Amino acid sequence: MSSNSFSYNEQSGGGEATELGQEATSTISPSGAFGLFSSDLKKNEDLKQMLESNKDSAKLDAMKRIVGMIAKGKNASELFPAVVKNVASKNIEIKKLVYVYLVRYAEEQQDLALLSISTFQRALKDPNQLIRASALRVLSSIRVPIIVPIMMLAIKEASADLSPYVRKNAAHAIQKLYSLDPEQKEMLIEVIEKLLKDKSTLVAGSVVMAFEEVCPDRIDLIHKNYRKLCNLLVDVEEWGQVVIIHMLTRYARTQFVSPWKEGDELEDNEKNFYESDDDQKEKTDKRKKPYTMDSDHRLLIRNTKPLLQSRNAAVVMAVAQLYWHISPKSEAGIISKSLVRLLRSNREVQYIVLQNIATMSIQRKGMFEPYLKSFYVRSTDPTMIKTLKLEILTNLANEANISTLLREFQTYVKSQDKQFAAATIQTIGRCATNILEVTDTCLNGLVCLLSNRDEIVVAESVVVIKKLLQMQPVQHGEIIKHMAKLLDSITVPVARASILWLIGENCERVPKIAPDVLRKMAKSFTSEDDLVKLQILNLGAKLYLTNSKQTKLLTQYILNLGKYDQNYDIRDRTRFIRQLIVPNEKSGALSKYAKKIFLAQKPAPLLESPFKDRDHFQLGTLSHTLNIKATGYLELSNWPEVAPDPSVRNVEVIELAKEWTPAGKAKQENSAKKFYSESEEEGDSSDSSSDSESESGSESGEQGKSGEEGDSNEDSSEDSSSEQDSESGRESGLENKRTAKRNSKAKGKSDSEDGEKENEKSKTSDSSNAESSSIEDSSSDSESESESESESESRKVTQEKEKKTKQGRTPLTKDVSLLDLDDCQYSCICTNKNSRAASSNEWKRTSCPLFLSKTALHFW
Amino acid sequence: MIHSLFLINSSGDIFLEKHWKSVVSRSVCDYFFEAQERATEAENVPPVIPTPHHYLLSVYRHKIFFVAVIQTEVPPLFVIEFLHRVVDTFQDYFGVCSEPVIKDNVVVVYEVLEEMLDNGFPLATESNILKELIKPPTILRTVVNTITGSTNVGDQLPTGQLSVVPWRRTGVKYTNNEAYFDVIEEIDAIIDKSGSTITAEIQGVIDACVKLTGMPDLTLSFMNPRLLDDVSFHPCVRFKRWESERILSFIPPDGNFRLLSYHVSAQNLVAIPVYVKHNISFRDSSSLGRFEITVGPKQTMGKTIEGVTVTSQMPRGVLNMSLTPSQGTHTFDPVTKMLSWDVGKINPQKPPNLKGTMSLQAGASKPDENPTINLQFKIQQLAISGLKVNRLDMYGEKYKPFKGIKYMTKAGKFQVRT
Repeated sequence: MSSNSFSYNEQSGGGEATELGQEATSTISPSGAFGLFSSDLKKNEDLKQMLESNKDSAKLDAMKRIVGMIAKGKNASELFPAVVKNVASKNIEIKKLVYVYLVRYAEEQQDLALLSISTFQRALKDPNQLIRASALRVLSSIRVPIIVPIMMLAIKEASADLSPYVRKNAAHAIQKLYSLDPEQKEMLIEVIEKLLKDKSTLVAGSVVMAFEEVCPDRIDLIHKNYRKLCNLLVDVEEWGQVVIIHMLTRYARTQFVSPWKEGDELEDNEKNFYESDDDQKEKTDKRKKPYTMDSDHRLLIRNTKPLLQSRNAAVVMAVAQLYWHISPKSEAGIISKSLVRLLRSNREVQYIVLQNIATMSIQRKGMFEPYLKSFYVRSTDPTMIKTLKLEILTNLANEANISTLLREFQTYVKSQDKQFAAATIQTIGRCATNILEVTDTCLNGLVCLLSNRDEIVVAESVVVIKKLLQMQPVQHGEIIKHMAKLLDSITVPVARASILWLIGENCERVPKIAPDVLRKMAKSFTSEDDLVKLQILNLGAKLYLTNSKQTKLLTQYILNLGKYDQNYDIRDRTRFIRQLIVPNEKSGALSKYAKKIFLAQKPAPLLESPFKDRDHFQLGTLSHTLNIKATGYLELSNWPEVAPDPSVRNVEVIELAKEWTPAGKAKQENSAKKFYSESEEEGDSSDSSSDSESESGSESGEQGKSGEEGDSNEDSSEDSSSEQDSESGRESGLENKRTAKRNSKAKGKSDSEDGEKENEKSKTSDSSNAESSSIEDSSSDSESESESESESESRKVTQEKEKKTKQGRTPLTKDVSLLDLDDCQYSCICTNKNSRAASSNEWKRTSCPLFLSKTALHFW
Repeated sequence: MIHSLFLINSSGDIFLEKHWKSVVSRSVCDYFFEAQERATEAENVPPVIPTPHHYLLSVYRHKIFFVAVIQTEVPPLFVIEFLHRVVDTFQDYFGVCSEPVIKDNVVVVYEVLEEMLDNGFPLATESNILKELIKPPTILRTVVNTITGSTNVGDQLPTGQLSVVPWRRTGVKYTNNEAYFDVIEEIDAIIDKSGSTITAEIQGVIDACVKLTGMPDLTLSFMNPRLLDDVSFHPCVRFKRWESERILSFIPPDGNFRLLSYHVSAQNLVAIPVYVKHNISFRDSSSLGRFEITVGPKQTMGKTIEGVTVTSQMPRGVLNMSLTPSQGTHTFDPVTKMLSWDVGKINPQKPPNLKGTMSLQAGASKPDENPTINLQFKIQQLAISGLKVNRLDMYGEKYKPFKGIKYMTKAGKFQVRT
């Protein structure tokens, strides 16, 4: 920090009183203070003079002090005119600080803020993209309604800017304008639509954020960009990734059918009943193949997987919730390892992650069982973390691990953190009810705890034992007697109330003790807690009904005390009980049934996880954490019964799609819709029926992956060649074709093999199904046979070309990690024709041979 | 997304506020203070607090609460992770992140925050870009600035934001080109009364300090990459390369950064390098308790264990302790009941030992539980999992860099129950 701030600090030290004075006048600071108004004015005079001086250093000094005031929440709005004059300053730091000031106060001083607008308008036309971007940033941050049209215009222009950085800022500006003036929604949606098409990774995150804020319901805008977003995802900056993944999760839940097997049959049956007038073929298909995953669905799941390795906890959590909500249940298991890794992180991260794990572990124990020990509690954990871990341990408890867990719990019960010890006792209670083998062990253990020295522990044990005993029809007279003795020593109201209730409930089993307890309680009635008083009344009533000889007078005494109690609940209860149990001339028909009412068999309470009801919220959201619907929470829709038309996600393929469309169409008139995705996705050669095809879609996903992993050799040779592609592609189209061919030769062969393999696979898997599909299969088989090698190759070329035309969302980007960098560079360069292009080109030139040499190095 | 940020010190003063959208009144923090009061301890304050119109998400680090105010649904980890990033950035800029330092550098802090978020959405969070935008204050620069009147704000516009390697600034130049990698492994363990291991895992990180000119492209390979069970990478690491070849290939950021953090698979048994023998007993009748701890080496692969400290939170009933250590120094704070023993190096021939008596509150019953012992230690030149770096290669630049690698094993959350 410069000496300026030093001097500032000294001054602020001296002028403490004056600053306090300002606080009093300001609207922001609630803490009122007193001060000398005159000196306050004087100080600001001094700042004004500095701002008007000719020297930049004085201005800077003044601005720094003003920013200091803003930071402390003091009002500096009266300096507005003096500050705003400096908006056009040549000094960058002054300028920046003026921006900070403007953004903070423009809302309050709208008229004066207008003075600065022309400066920004000029800057918007600056040849330097960074200046354009920052001008747009500040202009859009000034919340002055009058300039809405200007902002709109600026956003529109910026969204067509050649620089992706400026476009990114335009995406940010959309949200700002929308919050300033929601009327502009329609126009802004147009801009969003345009920016969604953007292929730059810089823009993707920001525009999806804008989409989520402005028009999250316009899911139709996503269709055409879905595959591109999936493919770009890995290269988007981490914050953007979080937003995009959340959005795509919602999207997937509206566009694909459920991959979860359990519900499948049921759903299908329903469908067959209800949609009788639907396309017959589709229905038969459905019946034969309960579920086939859409290849786009698979694409999303596959492309998010690497992000589990992100260093950013938010990204990992986002992927985890995506897997949880949209992947087949068998695949969701991979997220647990990454989530457990996050537990090493900061306290706050742990808290959120544990909450989510708690919800998950209720539904699918198996996922986290291998990591049981990671949830063991350390004495240094904060209490909230401890209780969450306990919660998870309870959810994971089963017959196999319960003995280990109980041993662990024994340690926890002794913890110095009594709140935690109490939570542990509750946990033991829950384990006891969930796992019948250990109920008795747990009960015995809890009874032992009754002799514990700590009152909280004893009280909690009493409450839990009460619940356990209620569940068990077995006689536990001994325990009840033991607890009756405890009444003398325990003071915690809940525990006392529990004991009384328990005695009342079992009063016929402990006929000697119960009246005595009532006698004692009658003595201390007036000094008891309300909760206990209510239970004394209950106990009295129950004894009156069962053993009125001994307790009649006692009960009446208690009822009299209750009649004049301060608490109206207790007075009410007293009145009610008296009318019900004490026979008199006015007593209604009900008093006959008093015994039945009081001593009815009560259903045992269910000891449930507090996280049970959280699963209707999307995991990883604020609403889930709070278990309340937060403002702006977007419900995750249920899976549609029938997938909406998947062809909406197809992007028009310009020339070559036609070439092989008819071939495909001829064979599968019933499922033309799925066929594009295939062609783009994998260049898959199996064109079979709708079902076998979409199945192969999901399979091909896997296969593609295994291809990548297993065959590193070929993969990286591809690397290098496609590297060249992307470079030469920029130079000429002709070159492009040639390299594409070369590329495809390398890949083509293996791919066509793949294709055949796949056909076989689909055949075998389909053979179990009905005949129609097998017929289709054979047709696809014959097709693959009829295709000579050369033909398949030429097709490969066409596909390769398609890919080229759609740079950025081709799977190539994904397959070839080294290409990633260059690929984005590409979009950067072709759009951004300013001086930077030259330098980045240079970087590429140096880097390309480098990659080649490196890959070469690894082969030899 | 993030509306405002308040920085609150441990005594409950708001000493900095920053708003990215319209101004949110400070009074919103009252809800936070309420929660803080209820929690009694700072680390028990819930990270997410709902209020009628806002939600407060907070992070507690360096005795400062960073409270973000948000208004609508947002993934909570998004905000929390961002706040941690803010703290890391401050630490990176000022060396330490404390209230006086933030107050002294309030202008830089403000400028940094302004760049990190735009309308509440993260804009530039990579320290390389930020440092290009706003130069961190150094003594030299302060002096130069006063003399020449130049500023902390970079006069060049940041190029990093535009490049495809946003984590690396352009035009890096060094006369000495060096790349250092520290492999640091932490052992998290819970040891039970009898000395057997209840749970033990190894969490490792590779921290790098890379000062290389130009745009170097590095590859780092391991002798035994199979050891790594679960990894998370700095964004610069090429994921595909790791998947296929188990090689780390990356264009490094300039300066210090965490390249990789990993978890060593649970199948491998973790070697516990120390043992703790303890004999802590309270007697019902007398007001004195016995206390004895011995720490000794075990499975250290011939390396010495250094920097050993033992801490233990004693039960409330303990009034004072009179102990004699065979080496090192010990302190007992009668208010917080915290015993700490700074042992230093362990000599295998003569394992250090701390022995003595505890005086208990007269008349009070004996504590139910013996205290847990927390252990800290360091072992230089050893990665306990056995992980070894094979080689580091550089491509893309002509010069020959100086390369260094260091191994270290530390205790993470290492607890011994007694």
